[in-house]
Amino acid sequence: MTESTGTADVDGVAAAESGEGVRRRDFINIAAVGAAGVGGVVTLLPLVSQMAPSKDVLAESSTELDVSAIQPGQAVKAVFRKQPVFVRNLTAKEIEEANAVDVGSLRDPQTLAERTKEGHENWLITMGVCTHLGCVPLGAGEGENKGEFGGYFCPCHGSHYDTAARIRKGPAPLNLQVPEYEFTSDTVVKIG
Amino acid sequence: MTRLIGILVGLFFTAAVLWAFVSGAATVISEGELKPATAEHHFHKLPHEPSGGFSFNGAFGKYDKQQLQRGFQVYKEVCSACHSLRHVAFRDLEQLGYNEAEVKAIAAGFQVPGVDPNTGEATTRAGMPTDYFPKPYPNDIAARAANNNAIPPDLSLMTKARHEGSAYVYSLLTGYQDAPAELVKEFPGSAPGPGLHYNPYFANLNLAMAPPLTATDQVSYGDGTKATVDQMAQDVAAFLTWTAEPTLDKRKQTGWPVLGFLLFATVLAYLAKQQVWADKKGKKG
Amino acid sequence: MSFPWANQYEPQNPLMKWVDDRLPLPRFVYNAIGAGYPVPRNLNYFWNFGVLAGFCLVLQIVTGVVLAMHYAPNALVAFDSTEHIMRDVNWGWMLRYAHANGASAFFVVVYLHIFRGFFYGSYKAPREMVWLMGVVIFLLMMATAFMGYVLPWGQMSFWGAKVITGLFGAIPLVGEPLQIWLLGGFAPDNAALNRFFSLHFLLPFVIAGVVILHIWALHIPGSSNPTGVEVKGESDTIPFHPYYTAKDGFGLGVFLFLYCAMLFFLPNALGHPDNYIPANPMSTPAHIVPEWYFWPFYAILRAFTADFFFIPAKLMGVIAMFGSILVWFFLPWLDTSPVRSGHYRPLFRKFFWFGLIPAMAVLFYCGGAPAEEPFVMMSQLATAYYFLHFLVILPIVASVERPEPLPYSITEAVLGSDDNAELKAAS
Repeated sequence: MTESTGTADVDGVAAAESGEGVRRRDFINIAAVGAAGVGGVVTLLPLVSQMAPSKDVLAESSTELDVSAIQPGQAVKAVFRKQPVFVRNLTAKEIEEANAVDVGSLRDPQTLAERTKEGHENWLITMGVCTHLGCVPLGAGEGENKGEFGGYFCPCHGSHYDTAARIRKGPAPLNLQVPEYEFTSDTVVKIG
Repeated sequence: MTRLIGILVGLFFTAAVLWAFVSGAATVISEGELKPATAEHHFHKLPHEPSGGFSFNGAFGKYDKQQLQRGFQVYKEVCSACHSLRHVAFRDLEQLGYNEAEVKAIAAGFQVPGVDPNTGEATTRAGMPTDYFPKPYPNDIAARAANNNAIPPDLSLMTKARHEGSAYVYSLLTGYQDAPAELVKEFPGSAPGPGLHYNPYFANLNLAMAPPLTATDQVSYGDGTKATVDQMAQDVAAFLTWTAEPTLDKRKQTGWPVLGFLLFATVLAYLAKQQVWADKKGKKG
Repeated sequence: MSFPWANQYEPQNPLMKWVDDRLPLPRFVYNAIGAGYPVPRNLNYFWNFGVLAGFCLVLQIVTGVVLAMHYAPNALVAFDSTEHIMRDVNWGWMLRYAHANGASAFFVVVYLHIFRGFFYGSYKAPREMVWLMGVVIFLLMMATAFMGYVLPWGQMSFWGAKVITGLFGAIPLVGEPLQIWLLGGFAPDNAALNRFFSLHFLLPFVIAGVVILHIWALHIPGSSNPTGVEVKGESDTIPFHPYYTAKDGFGLGVFLFLYCAMLFFLPNALGHPDNYIPANPMSTPAHIVPEWYFWPFYAILRAFTADFFFIPAKLMGVIAMFGSILVWFFLPWLDTSPVRSGHYRPLFRKFFWFGLIPAMAVLFYCGGAPAEEPFVMMSQLATAYYFLHFLVILPIVASVERPEPLPYSITEAVLGSDDNAELKAAS
């Protein structure tokens, strides 16, 4: 809806006016159409932002978890932002295995220490979401297939993660993501 | 032909409705009054606001967060014993000016339904900010049994679920009185029965809820405000206005710029219209 | 279609030309609401409401589609999901208030549009089809609005659904099974709520389709105008764009200002408090009323309080309520006066301003009032006038009235003289 589609009729009348008159008249039309455009664009903002997470969803974006009952070698699945989080209490052997790997040879080079918190090196907390296409890897549950490297195994497309949940084999490009978390006490973790 | 049929149909409808009118008029004449007198017509009072009104009245009115906090205290210490607030989550209380830690502490002070992680049995646990205010009764039957057969309604939307809702809550809480002798004499059926309390602001005049706010300093306000019955009623009415319409402040804050812009744009549109039409007014085109 | 002097579409740039050669949509729009549509030059502001009604339809579809992204049509959670929209969804409160008040705004605009048609005789030949499509749109709007009001599943939603479907129960023999079929149960519940949601989503698009027919039919003879005199020549018309786009733009600004004032400062003024109470099948609100835009028809429904010979009062009320709108379908053939505009019809004008308008005002008022005296008697008299007006008075007035002299043409009405008229007189 631009003013340039105005009829010859209007243009003819406008052309007959003095040059200054033409500019002033054009200015009012352009301003009016411009104001309508600005109003239209601003109206889009709520229509777009209504699709973003609502307040109740955002409020659930942190999870607190008591880990005191998890024995070494065990893992639990917690829920964080409606997705699984694996909380694993690593055994000394698993830590040793993870540290024995040459970091330089990894697809996504990270040491175990970089993936855990100081003072809580036995707690490996990662998202339970395969970095390939988002399936939930096996290995957190009792008796599940832990893959060739003793960590996690994603059955969808065969990605193998090691005891530090780092990608070792298969199509996944990255290690299992470590969410933001902190130990609020010795046994309570706040994720998010 | 259409017109003839139309006239006949029109006369038919007119006759039917006038027949109804005549029979209605006959009833009115035989009874000698337009509508039967009821106790509600005579004694029911329309709600009124506290003197000075509410802070959120009018197009510029805003919530007074201090007052909302006091009202919340009244709800928590008095109303919450019987009334739920099921649409409100503890996290919403941050809008009253509480910080995250305070909200957490308030939530933890409430027991909400939970599940025992070892046995799976229903149990209760301390509330978290994401929880909603817990219901005082597990279900309607329990609520009825505990309250003389009347279910205490949920209060989240109370001020929007009544005409002049904020004033209604205030008037109701301060409106308890003895039933007028006139009422007892003329409408014995409308006198408060056992377990009922006379309140002219309540639709049918008799309310199962006993006066909840009865004495000065029934709650002790932290901000030094004197907790008179009138003050507590105002505060809790304000709080319940917030629970029903938490977006009131934002709504008005959004409204003014929108109206300002529309005024500006409409004036521009008028000028543009005048300009476009300039050559069509009063001369041949 | 349209007039021989209409501007022809000439693409402004190669892209538009390319599109127009393959799919003449730009040409179609140009001829429908652009400079290619010649419009009488004398339209007053009552002619703004058609465009505004179209705007309201778009507004309702946009806000409605967005609300449907958050609303859950299930009797257990419908009320809570509505409150979820009001409290937690980003701008949800604004979108819901925009939709609820948008329905009212739509009806305000459409009522003004309809009454403009009544006064200026817009329903008369050759525009009968425009009028018939318009009445169909109005009926579809009423159905859509009714079903939309049920969705929040508050007390008024529930009892509105029960009472309105109860109207069908008045039909002899098939009434009761029909009502049960409509609800998918013996009372409104999940089945009814789900189908109402489905239809509430569908019908606006049906309305949009009929709106296209309405505008299509309008473009055959072109717009009517306040004099009611048909366009005679080029000097009687001006192109829709820029003249009426500019005028409608200004009208839209005024409309949006009033609408937003309601939306942001009195968002619940037109609603009923009881709809903030969750539906309770065990307890009817003390005073149930539909939304304000149904009040005249609700008043007509309730006016029939006595059996009329063998017809029960309830059935009579239902017939009259539907009849009060159906009678509009026959208007072009009931009012046969050759003069279109109320401006030149002295007798018609009196009945319009001192009969129909007050009767409608009384029906509006009484439809919202409790079903007690004196409101019932008032609405009975107004209902009687309503039917007399359309079915008896209009046909009779058309044949006995002496219209005032009409201007020769639109140009003469606007400018005081028309060169063509003078030429004609001279010849």
